Amino acid sequence: MSSDAFPTRRPALDRLDGAWAADKAAQVLMFVAGISAIVFILGIFAFIAREGLSFVFSRFSFAEFFGSIRWAPTSNSNPTFGALALIVGTASVTGMAMIVAIPFSLGAAVYIAEFARGRTRETLKVLVELLAAIPSVVWGFIGLSIMNKLIIDVFDVSVGLNVLNAGIILGLMAAPIMTTIAEDALKAVPDRYREAAEAMGATRWQVIRRVVLPAARNGLASAVLLGVGRGFGETMAVLMASGHSINLPTSIFDSVRALTATIAAELGETAVGSDHYGALFTLGLFLFLITFAINLTADLVVRGIRKK
Amino acid sequence: MDVDLDVKRGIITSLIGPSGCGKSTLLRCVNRINERLGYVRTEGLVEVLGHDAYDPQVDLSQLRRQVGMVFQRPNPLPISIRDNILFGQRMHEPDSPDLAGSAADDVVESALREVLLWDGVKDHLDRAATSLSLEEQQKLCIARLLPLKPSLILMDEPCSALDPKATAVIEDLIWKLRGDYTIILVTHNMAQARRASDECAFMLMGRMIEHRKTDDLFVTPKDQRTADYIEGRYG
Ligand SMILES: Nc1ncnc2c1ncn2[C@@H]1O[C@H](COP(=O)(O)OP(=O)(O)O)[C@@H](O)[C@H]1O
Ligand SMILES: [Mg+2]
Repeated sequence: MSSDAFPTRRPALDRLDGAWAADKAAQVLMFVAGISAIVFILGIFAFIAREGLSFVFSRFSFAEFFGSIRWAPTSNSNPTFGALALIVGTASVTGMAMIVAIPFSLGAAVYIAEFARGRTRETLKVLVELLAAIPSVVWGFIGLSIMNKLIIDVFDVSVGLNVLNAGIILGLMAAPIMTTIAEDALKAVPDRYREAAEAMGATRWQVIRRVVLPAARNGLASAVLLGVGRGFGETMAVLMASGHSINLPTSIFDSVRALTATIAAELGETAVGSDHYGALFTLGLFLFLITFAINLTADLVVRGIRKK
Repeated sequence: MDVDLDVKRGIITSLIGPSGCGKSTLLRCVNRINERLGYVRTEGLVEVLGHDAYDPQVDLSQLRRQVGMVFQRPNPLPISIRDNILFGQRMHEPDSPDLAGSAADDVVESALREVLLWDGVKDHLDRAATSLSLEEQQKLCIARLLPLKPSLILMDEPCSALDPKATAVIEDLIWKLRGDYTIILVTHNMAQARRASDECAFMLMGRMIEHRKTDDLFVTPKDQRTADYIEGRYG
């Protein structure tokens, strides 16, 4: 009787078996994987900073970098490193992209989250994700060939590679990820808010406008910010569609050159350690800080709602 | 479902029955909020103030303005207390003079006074409604119906998320609204039905078993199933 209830061959309480070892190993592995993101970010930042800072401390002039539009790092007689035109180029293309992407992505997100049901919904979500997977060089190609001709024909301008072209391409590229994040934000609005409003007689549209959108505003703002971050960082498509000429744009039909495109196009042809090389890394450092700040803001904005 | 229920104006009718017998579903037919689920089919006739609620001519928005609803879990909108009260009117009559300037303040004050919430919140009307306690939230959910002057208020177990003290407060409040509004109060709490209603209807498995004056139903139930239920033999 007692031998049934308490079998004599009991495992020792202090024995560490295979499962224990596997658990410990998995914990260590997860920890390493987890902090590797931090390690990589810091490592990349350190590398860019090291390459760029030598330039920052020797040749760099704040007034020239942010105040001059003369980017002529390869000039023999008088090399200049004015990044203003590049910064404005990136900003104008990104701005144009948001004008395109915000209505598209918010409209799509509202439709998918609030109206589409069942099969339509699932199909749309898959399509949006597919759209996000199109390589940027393909978008650039569309900009270079199709959009270029289209803009020349429709607006009767001489060059179709400009802010408008790059902005539209970039907007279409950023829209899918913005749609996905905005849709998540709308889905996160508890259904009882909708029910409460409907029970008071709100129509579908009133529910969306007066309840769902305000309740999701932080998530929507972060979707837009991530889109902006995407715009600042995108390289290939912008290089191909923007015209890549140094210019302070006065209209959407002016060609511009982006920070990213400059680095991509020039870095291969510089001597390691030269001023030009360092200046390109300084551009990179600047880009890194901006996108980092944008993404951080987006993240904080989203956390804002959770706390409330 | 086999239900025939005649609710008289100006009194509180409670709807009791074991969990799952279809009380909420029946209640949600009246303001047609069931329809938002998409897969619900409703048969039969629901008349509100002599109008067939399911007449194709009926404007859902107007119906729901006439028929307010209070839910089991308090569900104030995630906006300020003040905006919650004004929400209905802003939607239904955006140009109403009641919404301009100090008139809006009066609307907010009188609605909050009517649910005995005014003194507690008058100094922070701009605070998020979701930051209130559950009891206050439920009061607010009742208060926001009042500016639209609904002829019927549906309450689906309005106290079941609340503690006993808050329950007593909300019950008193419901009793106070009696006479000015017609109220259908769903509850699975028999003591509550007894305390807070004039008439009482007992439902079982989707059927209306008995509907009489509350006192009569509890003291001398006609149907054996009602008697069994109020004695606690099931449910
Ligand atoms: N008339 C009906 N026909 C079919 N199903 C019903 C009907 N009434 C209620 N139900 C189902 O019974 C379940 C419980 O109903 P509910 O109204 O929530 O009960 P209660 O509020 O009384 O607890 C729900 O899943 C609902 O779909
Ligand atoms: Mg129920």
